Amino acid sequence: MHQNDALDRSSLQRLQVERLRETVRRVIANVPFYRERFRAAGIGADDIRSIEDVRRLPFTTKQDLRDHYPFGLFAVPMADVARIHASSGTTGKMTVVGYTRHDLDAWAEVCSRSLGCAGVHRGDIVHNAYGYGLFTGGLGVHYGAEKHGVTVIPISGGNTKRQVMILQDFGGTVLTCTPSYALNLAEVIQELGVDPASLKLRVGIFGAEPWSEAMRKEIEKKLHLDALDIYGLSEVMGPGVAMECLAKNGPHVFEDHFLAEVIDPDTGEVLPAGARGELVFTSLTKEAFPVIRYRTRDITSLDTAPCSCGRTLARMVRVTGRTDDMLIIRGVNVFPSQIESILVGLPGVEPHYQLIVDRVNQMDTLEVQVEVTEGTFSDEVKKLEGLARRIENDVKDYCGVTCKVKLVEPKSIQRSEGKAKRVIDKRKM
Amino acid sequence: MKVEQISVFLENKSGRLSEVTRILGGGGINLRALTLADTTDFGILRLIVNDNRRAVELLKANGFTVGTTEVVAVEIPDRPNGLADILDLLGAAGINVEYMYAFVERHADNAVVIFRFDEPEKAIAALQKAGVSILPGEKVYAL
Repeated sequence: MHQNDALDRSSLQRLQVERLRETVRRVIANVPFYRERFRAAGIGADDIRSIEDVRRLPFTTKQDLRDHYPFGLFAVPMADVARIHASSGTTGKMTVVGYTRHDLDAWAEVCSRSLGCAGVHRGDIVHNAYGYGLFTGGLGVHYGAEKHGVTVIPISGGNTKRQVMILQDFGGTVLTCTPSYALNLAEVIQELGVDPASLKLRVGIFGAEPWSEAMRKEIEKKLHLDALDIYGLSEVMGPGVAMECLAKNGPHVFEDHFLAEVIDPDTGEVLPAGARGELVFTSLTKEAFPVIRYRTRDITSLDTAPCSCGRTLARMVRVTGRTDDMLIIRGVNVFPSQIESILVGLPGVEPHYQLIVDRVNQMDTLEVQVEVTEGTFSDEVKKLEGLARRIENDVKDYCGVTCKVKLVEPKSIQRSEGKAKRVIDKRKM
Repeated sequence: MKVEQISVFLENKSGRLSEVTRILGGGGINLRALTLADTTDFGILRLIVNDNRRAVELLKANGFTVGTTEVVAVEIPDRPNGLADILDLLGAAGINVEYMYAFVERHADNAVVIFRFDEPEKAIAALQKAGVSILPGEKVYAL
């Protein structure tokens, strides 16, 4: 266990205050956005004396990040940025994040500590089926596993039959992927007639999308492993912001790197431990892309009661929802407004649409229902089918998610009095 | 020489087709010919009726998406190879059939085939040149 995983809370807070003050100093010096915000709020680095002083700092939102696309909130010169990652955002614009070498080390450290939470040790083989690329999942876990001193198989996502063969032949003991992909894998294992007990898998580290306790039970039963929840978001770091231990009581936040608060999403008031609200993170060690009081939109609560594993780090209660309309579909962030902007851009298409999200055979599905109007209607099947295919392709291109377009009759999508109900999420979390 | 056809977008939901026919029947509309093209999710109902304008109004008023298309009604001798001969003729003229459907005329020895062509003018010219009988709209609506 890492030394900082079991600090007594007062020592942890002393470390946090010191690091927070340093971070505030750094962003004031290097990021005009924060400099102006903090000046307006009348706060400087020297005003940070106790951990409660973080409450005097203004929040940062996803919109702030978007407004400074791509590199406007970086706190170091580009030459010092060792790597860039990005996640999708509304209207197709991504949220871009950067890491210095030191940040990559810190990230690898928290991912290594995450593997530690899962009891991963020398001799283990990590079958890393998180996607590699701009998405933080694959590379985040990869470098964490290397730092942890275990073998890593950078299989990335997809090609599931081949993954099963590699699980059989290479003997992966630790599976890392999204929970929905784990279930997909389990299904293919079953289809191929492979006995899951014949695999060497012992533990799974699953994240990047919300999942339920019921899903945990199902994955554990089908894959014969302990399924643990890893939490992270690229704006804060990537995977490894928090990780569940084998006590399976919610992810421990690596609080020496990330200061967590839970606020009332309406008033911005900080809520006491145990109260449910919006999770807010402040970077304590990041150099290239520190965030101050970043509103994650994830709804959870924090529990600082001691854990049977010996860690003193606060635990997050399972994320059960969001304060915005973002959907996470097979690990991809999708905003209804992204799909709306695709539809509005098509000639003749009226923006009456509805998104139906479901989980079929353990995989998230997205159906986009679009009303057919006189402008888009044709007496020829191939033209209507062409329209549906075009929307499907655009959604894939712009949002990175596969959907099925269903053309429906006009007025068949319910009109609401106030805010349109664009999303029907049938998944049971 | 062209015939106006109405097309209606239908979701694959039970009762939709009967609703369309009831609406038309209630408005005193007589159906002359119809065909339904269906896919997994939706169908396109194509109709030839005795009063197009009224039919379109009624359907629109009931919230249906309606389109009108010009099709060609060809009279074909009701005997083996009657249709094949016509199709060969069209093929030889390089004319593409988008879709077609047929009905047998009452008290006559001919079938009527409704064609949707990519290039209707070209098709009509080719058919006329070969002496094939093309029914004008008024005649089809009144059949």
